[in-house]
Amino acid sequence: MSDLGVKIGLEIHQQLETHKKLFCDCPSVLDDSYKVTLTRKLRPVTSEMGDVDVAALFEWKKGKSYLYLAPDRSSCLVECDEEPPHEMDREAIKIALGMALALNSTPIDEIYVMRKIVIDGSNTSGFQRTAIVSLGGFIEDKEGKVGIQTIAVEEDAARKVEDKKEEIIYNLDRLGFPLIEISTAPDIKSPEQAERVALEIGQLLRMTGRVKRGLGTIRQDLNVSISGGTKVEIKGVQRLELISTIIENEIRRQKTLLEIRDELKSRGVTEEVLRNLKVIDLTSIFTETGSKIIKAGLSSNGKVIGIKLPKMSGIMGREVMLGRRFGTEVADYVRVLAGLGGLFHSDELPNYGITLDEVNKVKETLEVKQGDGFIILVGDQEKLNIAAQIIKDRLIQALTGVPKETRGAEDDGTTRFLRPQPGSARMYPETDIPPISSFELIEEAKAYVPQSPEVKLKHFIEMGLNEELANLILRSPRIDTFEYLTEKYKNVSPVFIATLLENTLKYVKSKGGNLNLIDENVIETLVKEISEGKINKDSVADILIEFSTENGKKRISLEEIISNFHSISEDTLVTIIREEIEKNKEELLKRRDKAFNILMARVMGRVRGKAEGKLVAELIRKEVDNLLR
Amino acid sequence: MLEGYRGKLASLLVSKGIDIGDKIRVRKGNLEVEGILFPSFSKYDDILVIKMDNGYNIGLKIDGDEIYLVCKKSVAENKETKGGEKSRGEVKIISTGGTIVSKIEYETGAVKPALTTEDILEYLPQIREIADIDAEVLFSILSENMKPEYWTKIAEETKRALDEGSKGVVIAHGTDTMTYTASALAFSFSQMTGPVIMVGSQRSSDRPSSDSPINLYSSVLLAKKSPFAEVSVLMHGESSDTYTLAHRAVKTRKMHTSRRDAFQSINDIPLAKVKWKNNEIVMMRNDFRPRGNHNTLDSKFDTRVFLLYYYPGMDPSFLETIRDKVKGIIIAGTGLGHTSEEFEPYFRSMTKDGIFIGMTSQCLFGRVNMNVYTTGRKLQNAGVVPLGDLLPETALVKLMWILAHTNDVEEVRKMMLKNLAGEFNFRHSEQLFPRWYHE
Repeated sequence: MSDLGVKIGLEIHQQLETHKKLFCDCPSVLDDSYKVTLTRKLRPVTSEMGDVDVAALFEWKKGKSYLYLAPDRSSCLVECDEEPPHEMDREAIKIALGMALALNSTPIDEIYVMRKIVIDGSNTSGFQRTAIVSLGGFIEDKEGKVGIQTIAVEEDAARKVEDKKEEIIYNLDRLGFPLIEISTAPDIKSPEQAERVALEIGQLLRMTGRVKRGLGTIRQDLNVSISGGTKVEIKGVQRLELISTIIENEIRRQKTLLEIRDELKSRGVTEEVLRNLKVIDLTSIFTETGSKIIKAGLSSNGKVIGIKLPKMSGIMGREVMLGRRFGTEVADYVRVLAGLGGLFHSDELPNYGITLDEVNKVKETLEVKQGDGFIILVGDQEKLNIAAQIIKDRLIQALTGVPKETRGAEDDGTTRFLRPQPGSARMYPETDIPPISSFELIEEAKAYVPQSPEVKLKHFIEMGLNEELANLILRSPRIDTFEYLTEKYKNVSPVFIATLLENTLKYVKSKGGNLNLIDENVIETLVKEISEGKINKDSVADILIEFSTENGKKRISLEEIISNFHSISEDTLVTIIREEIEKNKEELLKRRDKAFNILMARVMGRVRGKAEGKLVAELIRKEVDNLLR
Repeated sequence: MLEGYRGKLASLLVSKGIDIGDKIRVRKGNLEVEGILFPSFSKYDDILVIKMDNGYNIGLKIDGDEIYLVCKKSVAENKETKGGEKSRGEVKIISTGGTIVSKIEYETGAVKPALTTEDILEYLPQIREIADIDAEVLFSILSENMKPEYWTKIAEETKRALDEGSKGVVIAHGTDTMTYTASALAFSFSQMTGPVIMVGSQRSSDRPSSDSPINLYSSVLLAKKSPFAEVSVLMHGESSDTYTLAHRAVKTRKMHTSRRDAFQSINDIPLAKVKWKNNEIVMMRNDFRPRGNHNTLDSKFDTRVFLLYYYPGMDPSFLETIRDKVKGIIIAGTGLGHTSEEFEPYFRSMTKDGIFIGMTSQCLFGRVNMNVYTTGRKLQNAGVVPLGDLLPETALVKLMWILAHTNDVEEVRKMMLKNLAGEFNFRHSEQLFPRWYHE
């Protein structure tokens, strides 16, 4: 990997638990109930016009609207952009300063809140408020020091509820949650190191005791490049375990794109050729088609077009990462930038209901020869025109290698194109908030410097964990889950919870369980059931296996599975044992010395998972004694 | 030119030839920061503000640390404003201050008003689709610094535009005192060929969420197409960007410090609703003054007036200190129109001296009635004139205008009670009062 010149930088965003929002006095809680909605427009501001397409200005009137749901409990006029921001929450700044001290970063003396222009509607104001709190610093790692570039405090965006054609719906509850953003230098050299550093920073954050927990409260962005490639941003990685997979995928993608570049060059494909690609109407070939996608496209007055790709046979089909071909990359551009699905390329046809006969006619019309490839597209004429240009542009970029883009992380560790990377961020001062002197806060910030791992370890051992388990938990991404559960369910032994998190889950995975399905809620539900005495500890592994190995589509709900494992009362157990004795009386009396074993097998067969073996044995022994006496 | 810098730091910067906008480098401990020098808004003298390459501003305390000049600010080429084709627009936009349109300079963070016709069209190209505009900057003052003498200038400029054939005039104005100016214009014009639309914004135009493009767009549309020729105030109709409302100037009040829909008609309904997305004007009342054949302006104001906001325990002897300075007083009294009885002899003596005293209510909603309680009758006896459902500010502006035209106290009284610009509504229907619904 090292010979590829891999450079990785991390941006870690973590929600802080200060119990209130960053720029107002609302509690930072999520809330789906609302009575008030607002419809708004956002408009690019004039000085951006150099960078923003002028068409965007014309779009403003008929373009997208944003519908904001304003829950009474967790939003006020500040989130509605109807009141200036209140002063920035001092506790959030102190937490960030505490982290700065822990990461050897230098607090800046006076903090300035900035407005970072964002016009996707996720901020009602049209900008995100953000402020750098410290500069520089480093974190130690066994592969070498990793530099810290900046530590910032910023407001989280509104929560997207639905993306409709003309309107995007956002819930305002999350808008204004305080976030800390820690950005490392591109010093990270391997996917494993990236995951480790993310874990270490994440742990430090949790040790401040002032961060929110659960899925979605921490998000990692990755900047990845290889030599000859380009720094590509990957946004919104929510699960730590995916970091290395995502990076491996991105390295492979950049490598493949460079190979494609070389291949195109060696085949003599030039910018000139690509610029002059001809777009040909193929609609007549498909009037009677059986392809559902094309039929749907044509039904609304659409057309089919084809583009011959000279000397490009096999290129579109080249896999850039698992399940994603170069053709998929091109299709993503068309989907995002022209709003058009339904792109097919020569390396995947015939398929999708398009017949060999149709493919042959397409080839004939486009004059595709041996070694050439082609693309066909369906949609309305206006969008097709845009799409054709986008395809040409993307193919021209292939001649230079890796385009500068922002990609989004998917749950399976692959990534997809989101948007071209913006130029330098458009920022200007938030004039509604006076600057904040950090030196007035630094003494108080010392209380937020995270506890050292040694102190934590000692605490875990005092809770009853042996050294090995305590160490496992300390290094676990689930450390906060452990602390949360032990704190909340005091009658469940910490050793059991630690074992569940560290060993049981591994066992479940080894039995084919899909750990992606087992989130914190699932685990908490089980611990709660145990705490209330409804299920017994022995059944946890079985429940999790059943829950996570079932076929995804017709999965039984967790509640249903649990109900099958609900503990049987002692009385019922005794009844069952007596039933079995009655049924097998002859045999038991005949084979007196084996009586216990026979009964144990029969009874456990009926109550496995619902009663602890120890208790069953105890009860059987009593009953057998009675019987044989 | 070192905006905000003082003392030792300022002299240090001067000695190094460093100015706002220059690229500098600061070495501070083991930190080295490069960026553009920004104006300082710090309360401390030793804070240097830098915009770093990543766009963030930071403040660094300079205490014998090293500052270097990296390079001077590149001088932005001054765009020639095309002065050539002086179109006489269908709609004239007169700007008096406030930033209905502004540009951000990302390099220095400065927000600059952009108010030439070209600037406005660049900001809001959609305006071309509805009207040919012509813009002019008359003043550049914050609305709290507005004065009656400026009202007169605005009125004269408005008349000139209408006389020259504009179909309507849009006046961009800071929102704080917009209704005072609006009332002043309303009393000044007795006849007009087109409407005057006062417009502002509650969110500054340098932000993507500003209400200014929709307000400006609606006001241009209305200025050109409205059937009425009155002075009105146009702002958002609700918090959403769905429609705007044009309120009759003399009945409008800013009722919220920050909301987009802060402006409301009090004791009356608005003139029109503008469904801006469909370029549609919906008239909400039909008693408006239609477009006339010519413009009649009489814009004079006597500022020797006082607005007295009564409170329990207020010492009436304070009146002695203003007695020689005023020709008229508007009282914002309690409830149906009261002050304490202690004021009675003072009012009596002042009205005898020819000072006009008019009564409005702090309640804003509803009209005064000084017959219901004894105090009201006593105050009327002392010469205080009940002013129906006039808003205190409207009454004040109206009084200024009347006092500039007559000194005869009986004449002043008659004119104050005459409905000059729709400032009185003699019928209050049930739905004119907003309700706050709680569950």
